Amino acid sequence: MNLRRFALIAVPYIWLLALFLVPFLIVLKISLSDIALARPPYMPQLDLSAGWEGITSFFAALDFENFVFLTTDDLYWRAYLSSLQIAALSTFITLCIGYPIAYGMARAPLEWRATLLMLVILPFWTSFLIRVYAWMGILSNEGLLNQFLMWTGLISAPLTILNTNTAVYIGIVYTYLPFMILPIYAALEKMDESLLEAAEDLGCSRIQAFWLVTIPLSRNGIIAGCFLVFIPAIGEFVIPSLLGGSGTLMIGKVLWEEFFSNRDWPVASAVAIILLLILIIPIILFQRNEQKAREAEG
Amino acid sequence: MRRLTWFNVTSLTLGFAFLYLPMVILILYSFNASKLVTVWAGFSTQWYGELLRNEEFLDAAWVTIKVAVFSSTLATVLGTMAAYVLVRAGRFSGRTLFSGMIYAPLVMPEVITGLSLLLLFIGINLDRGVFTIVLAHTTFSMCYVSVVVSSRLTSFDRSLEEAALDLGCSPFEAFRLVTLPIIAPAVISGWLLAFTLSLDDLVIASFTTGPSATTLPIKIFSAVRLGVSPEINALSTIMIAIVTVGVITASIISKRASVAQQRDEQAAARAT
Amino acid sequence: MSQKVFAPWEDATEKPLIQFKGVTKKFGDFVAIDNLSLDIYQKEFFALLGPSGCGKTTMMRMLAGFEAPTHGTILLAGQDIAPVPPNKRAVNMMFQSYALFPHLSVWDNIAFGLRREGQDKDAIAARVEEMLRLTRLSKFAKRKPHQISGGQRQRVALARSLAKAPKLLLLDEPLGALDAKLRQDTQFELMDIQEKTGTTFVIVTHDQEEAMTVASRVAVMDEGRVIQVATPSVIYEAPETVYVADFIGDVNIIQGRASQDADKVRIDWAEGQPPIIGTTQKTFSPSQTCHFAIRPEKVAISTEQPEAPNVLQGRVIDIAYLGNLSTYHVELPDGTMMKAQTANTRRLSRRDITWEDNVWLSFTDTAGVLLER
Repeated sequence: MNLRRFALIAVPYIWLLALFLVPFLIVLKISLSDIALARPPYMPQLDLSAGWEGITSFFAALDFENFVFLTTDDLYWRAYLSSLQIAALSTFITLCIGYPIAYGMARAPLEWRATLLMLVILPFWTSFLIRVYAWMGILSNEGLLNQFLMWTGLISAPLTILNTNTAVYIGIVYTYLPFMILPIYAALEKMDESLLEAAEDLGCSRIQAFWLVTIPLSRNGIIAGCFLVFIPAIGEFVIPSLLGGSGTLMIGKVLWEEFFSNRDWPVASAVAIILLLILIIPIILFQRNEQKAREAEG
Repeated sequence: MRRLTWFNVTSLTLGFAFLYLPMVILILYSFNASKLVTVWAGFSTQWYGELLRNEEFLDAAWVTIKVAVFSSTLATVLGTMAAYVLVRAGRFSGRTLFSGMIYAPLVMPEVITGLSLLLLFIGINLDRGVFTIVLAHTTFSMCYVSVVVSSRLTSFDRSLEEAALDLGCSPFEAFRLVTLPIIAPAVISGWLLAFTLSLDDLVIASFTTGPSATTLPIKIFSAVRLGVSPEINALSTIMIAIVTVGVITASIISKRASVAQQRDEQAAARAT
Repeated sequence: MSQKVFAPWEDATEKPLIQFKGVTKKFGDFVAIDNLSLDIYQKEFFALLGPSGCGKTTMMRMLAGFEAPTHGTILLAGQDIAPVPPNKRAVNMMFQSYALFPHLSVWDNIAFGLRREGQDKDAIAARVEEMLRLTRLSKFAKRKPHQISGGQRQRVALARSLAKAPKLLLLDEPLGALDAKLRQDTQFELMDIQEKTGTTFVIVTHDQEEAMTVASRVAVMDEGRVIQVATPSVIYEAPETVYVADFIGDVNIIQGRASQDADKVRIDWAEGQPPIIGTTQKTFSPSQTCHFAIRPEKVAISTEQPEAPNVLQGRVIDIAYLGNLSTYHVELPDGTMMKAQTANTRRLSRRDITWEDNVWLSFTDTAGVLLER
């Protein structure tokens, strides 16, 4: 029985160690190495055949040069900052669009709700790439949006939207909207309607009741939704590379180009490590919020 | 009573229009006769024909399905094991690291996961292709499976397992005969989730693949970078159709099951 | 005696089926079971009774094998059961939630344990049919657990745990999920089945009435200790402590100082009140604090002063009419409240006692028990 228990733990454990933790340590190690014109294109290489000396000389050759380099070239820190800014602003827009939808769903008649929920989940199952692609045809200069706006007479010349940051915002809001709606809906749906009636009975107007009762009670859903949009948006690659332009700086795209175009693995690794350090704070906050929500539910 | 105001109706209408209009437009233009995606030139299914004659796409689709089937099956086995360990194995040394490694890939940016796995595969001199993509996809989707399954296991009445032990099952038999059949719906949805994650993935596959294997998302991405094409619209339409039919079927089945369950329970309550 | 009364615990030559020997169970710092020793005999219907958190469920789970004692040993038929895993024990359990396998039919639920033993098909089928008949479930064999009522589920759980003919059947609050009316019928059914199968039953319950109805002996538990083990009538009529007296049924407790003369004890309990005279086998030292416990139905109430060893005067504060009984709450001159109960044996009798009446309470000198604590 104990052997079985050991095997049960060991198999997924070893899998994750080998394919999650070890690769991550390799990234860390390479981020401390130097670029070299070799295969693989970095040095030092760990030489175990040289024994202890090999190990010490290996560690002696590691340094923070790449991280220093990241601070000297303003491309990188501007990319981090602009990633954060794009992620934060699009999270806010997603919240503004997502909340009324979740609210409407929660107030819809019971027999509609399952269908509405399915309609929100459905895009989640369809390909991310396709959903981003769908906007390319709409936002382009000759695209449907421009055709529509010119037809209404609001504009006389087509707007350039595709390949700008605006398109990136639209893309992020569109693809991550279900992640915002679902936790807010979950929070609103289990809210007891009599709480609002009690608030109105005690002298609140509808709007006051909304601000004083509904919003605080859906707080955990709002926070969860915001993190679920914000965290993946920071490292986003597909959206900026398809909808964004040459001026769109996002760190996921920088990392990709550093790796595939410049083949500078040490710098790409250093970019990844810094990105993770930036992400750790919101991830910890998110975990804490989830834990609090679980505890509150008992 | 919940009141549905005009505000609610408007926000629902606009919200769902926003979610679905782009896809509807995408589907409509897949039937456009013109090569120019933005100009409507009459109904035609020629792009579907061309798509089916395009061997590169068909090959990529085949690779993608292979990868998805293998990785999601493997991920379901590993993820279910991991969920069982998380919920049932109690304390063991390294438990914190274990649960950390389960949750971290969920929030890890794909570019980092892809990069790190690629560096590993290069480090151990593994030939990149279908096999390495399967390894990569299994690793991140097993974490999703384990989250889905462990949330079902947490609400699972433990006395059912104890009853099985009490009636003479070994712990493994108790899992096979009692736990697994009951959590099967969660395991199946875990598999479906892993399957779609694998079908969808562009970034990690791009990092971990070699010249021998191109998946559909990689193919679509390189085609789309050059601009919008009606063939891609046709391909997208097919994929959307498959997913829609799948999701609707699944939800009808589960709805039927829950209605039947409710009816039975009411009948049983009346019988007393 | 021609017919022997079932009382193996009084027979020194009888070997107990289960022995708890100095068993302690700790969960971290919390002591769930505190150095407990207890014997349970073959064919007994033994009840563990106590409030929630008293450790009764822990005892049951130790018998089933889901918990191991921290100290001490548990013997089943003379064998230490600590190293035996739950699936190898000749002990079966009926779970509080019933724990019926939702994906299996009633028939398959009952056959589940038999199949694990690797019996042949015909033997399993015969045994399942027998259990279905015993629990009157034959009609429902093909149904799934969610397709039958709560009472039927309870019987499936019972049939399933009895199917393997265990030496010992553990029942964890078996009737807790049933409504009051169904519960009474089921209690008698349980006793009937226990008698028919001759299995030793250990039942855990917090419902004192249930324990009194079904059990051959009751162990009253509190905070991980057994306070008293005895037959229901002894528990009710001769409780050893105030806790037991108070936990089972309704009781008046009067505290006072004892002065003993042979088996008679005089209890001075209030200034200016006549002392209460009681009878006891115990020895009380002079002026020792003692508690006099008397059941309300043993206290007579009348409007005229009666002739009795103990007579107290008081005023009626409250009357609770319960249909078959009426309980009078009487305030004694020092403010003590005392309950007296009368049976309403005649329909439409003139109830001559009402609120605010001055009444006399009386009882014999053997009606109550004297308790040290």
